[in-house]
Amino acid sequence: MNLLGDAYAMLGRHLRSSVRMPVWVVVELIQPAIWLVLYGQLFRSVALIPGFTGGSYIQFLMPGIVVMDSLFGAAWAGMGILTDLDRGVLDRLLTTPASRTGIILARVLHSAVVVAVQTVVVVVIALMVGARLGGGVEGAVLLLVVAMLEAAGFAAASNGLTLLVRREETFIAVLNLFTLPLTFLSATLMSQSLMPGWMRAAARFNPVNWAAHAARLATSRPAALGPALPYLLPLAGFALVAGAFATWAFSVYRRAT
Amino acid sequence: MGAAPFFPPAPGPRGERHRRREIWTRRRSDRGYAARGEVMNAMGDADAVVLVEELRKRYPRGVIALDGISFAVAPGETFALLGPNGAGKSTAVRILATLTRADAGRARVAGHDVAREAGRVRAAIGYVAQATGTDKEATGRENLVLQGRLYHMPGPRIRERASQLIQWLDLGGAADRLTRGYSGGMRRRLDVAMGLVHEPRVLFLDEPTTGLDPESRSALWRDLQRLKARTGLTILLTTHYLEEADEAADRVAIVDHGRIVAMGTPAELKAQIRGDAVVLDLVPAQAPGARDLVAALPGVRDVTLEGRTLRCRVAEGARMLPQLITALDRAGLSVLSAAVRRPSLDDVYLHHTGHAFLSGAPEAVGP
Repeated sequence: MNLLGDAYAMLGRHLRSSVRMPVWVVVELIQPAIWLVLYGQLFRSVALIPGFTGGSYIQFLMPGIVVMDSLFGAAWAGMGILTDLDRGVLDRLLTTPASRTGIILARVLHSAVVVAVQTVVVVVIALMVGARLGGGVEGAVLLLVVAMLEAAGFAAASNGLTLLVRREETFIAVLNLFTLPLTFLSATLMSQSLMPGWMRAAARFNPVNWAAHAARLATSRPAALGPALPYLLPLAGFALVAGAFATWAFSVYRRAT
Repeated sequence: MGAAPFFPPAPGPRGERHRRREIWTRRRSDRGYAARGEVMNAMGDADAVVLVEELRKRYPRGVIALDGISFAVAPGETFALLGPNGAGKSTAVRILATLTRADAGRARVAGHDVAREAGRVRAAIGYVAQATGTDKEATGRENLVLQGRLYHMPGPRIRERASQLIQWLDLGGAADRLTRGYSGGMRRRLDVAMGLVHEPRVLFLDEPTTGLDPESRSALWRDLQRLKARTGLTILLTTHYLEEADEAADRVAIVDHGRIVAMGTPAELKAQIRGDAVVLDLVPAQAPGARDLVAALPGVRDVTLEGRTLRCRVAEGARMLPQLITALDRAGLSVLSAAVRRPSLDDVYLHHTGHAFLSGAPEAVGP
């Protein structure tokens, strides 16, 4: 099938150029650790607030950092396609018979793979400082799936956005507008029970929040798949819609230039 | 290097072509295209590899990029769209390469409609854009191999083809280095090679030699001519270099403000210009007076003035020049420098557009 073949060929290109940038690799691996340490220290006493549900804060934070990393990593995915666009690479790709969806899919998969690696790093470090995987191996796999789905959705949205705005400054501005509010409007760093009512209501429509809940279930209790499904399914739906949006953005790009 | 031909001739089953021609004839009469039959007649039939009819394109901010252009390119021909930046050449090629859509008109490439059968068009063309388009974080060979995979070529064929092209373009030693370290000329050769990986029937070259030194430019064209001799590849190029169009192209269309103002072989175009060009450099303040005086002289045609440069056309430049200078001198007008030139495409351009080539169209078009 052309779609998958093209995506596979392009994914190879993206992964290859990623590992050829040693600084990038190191930063991508260190960053999750920095988040974990900073937030872990800064918000340590959050766990002492009456009403906080989630055990020790590091236990609470581990899935949160996974989810946050996934969002932050994937949201920037559009920069790659922007570079391709500026250098003429995108136009060259678009004059080949390669599947448009495949081109997007490769970028989305690339983000998901990077996020998967980061998730492993976060979990390993968190385990070293006292967190534990309450869901066992099954939960760990589920956590990985959650992080990758979230990354796929936001990477696709980011790529679509890039194709619509086609300017670095605009892209970055929109990105900054969304990433932090999406993080705070979710149970990523703070227990849902401590949120004001309106935030809790808004969080119900936030894919980051779905990911946070699913990730927390996956790391806190065995056989979490069932309870996580109500979050997992909308998350998968979000990834699909974002993918469709990105593919549609290609046709807009084609009309506008 | 084996004895196998580098580039086998493009397949062209006669039966298919005949069928295509019938379809074309019918459609043409259905839609009243007979009225603009000149495009078709120039070709003799519908064998044209690239056939463009009345393409129009306006960009969102109202800039008109294409104002109804028509042309046809025959198999094996090198056809140049010549014009300054902003004339609409690149827009035309982007439409033909399925990168953007025309607002009106239609175009067929290798027998397929660019709007309705984009996939088939893409499989038949190679496109080398103005911007380089190579992946800087990959080696030359990796770039070629990925390109082959995107054309869905079988793996062994891709590797074989990549090696051929590397050798053909003399990329040899650099083939397995990252292209970020390539010189401009090397990168451009790689761009062209990438457009040729899948042995397309038509190659679009958008400003292929802009930014190249003359040596790299002629080297690139030498390679392309060799390739054409072997394969019958059709090339459509855009350029703003008159010499390039003159030397490389079989036929040239001069594009100005989104329209084709003249079309023909370089020799035909130059033949339309009778006589030699005389170029006079004047004192700015005296220039308008000098223009009036020169225009009134017998045997002087096509007088134009741009800034302090006066151009005109005379039957025999060498005989006429002293008379011109004398006439101006008597009127107290100084000539700072004077030159006589045989007709060039530059003159053709001036003749058809009313402005000299370098001054170009005022506004740039497109993103």
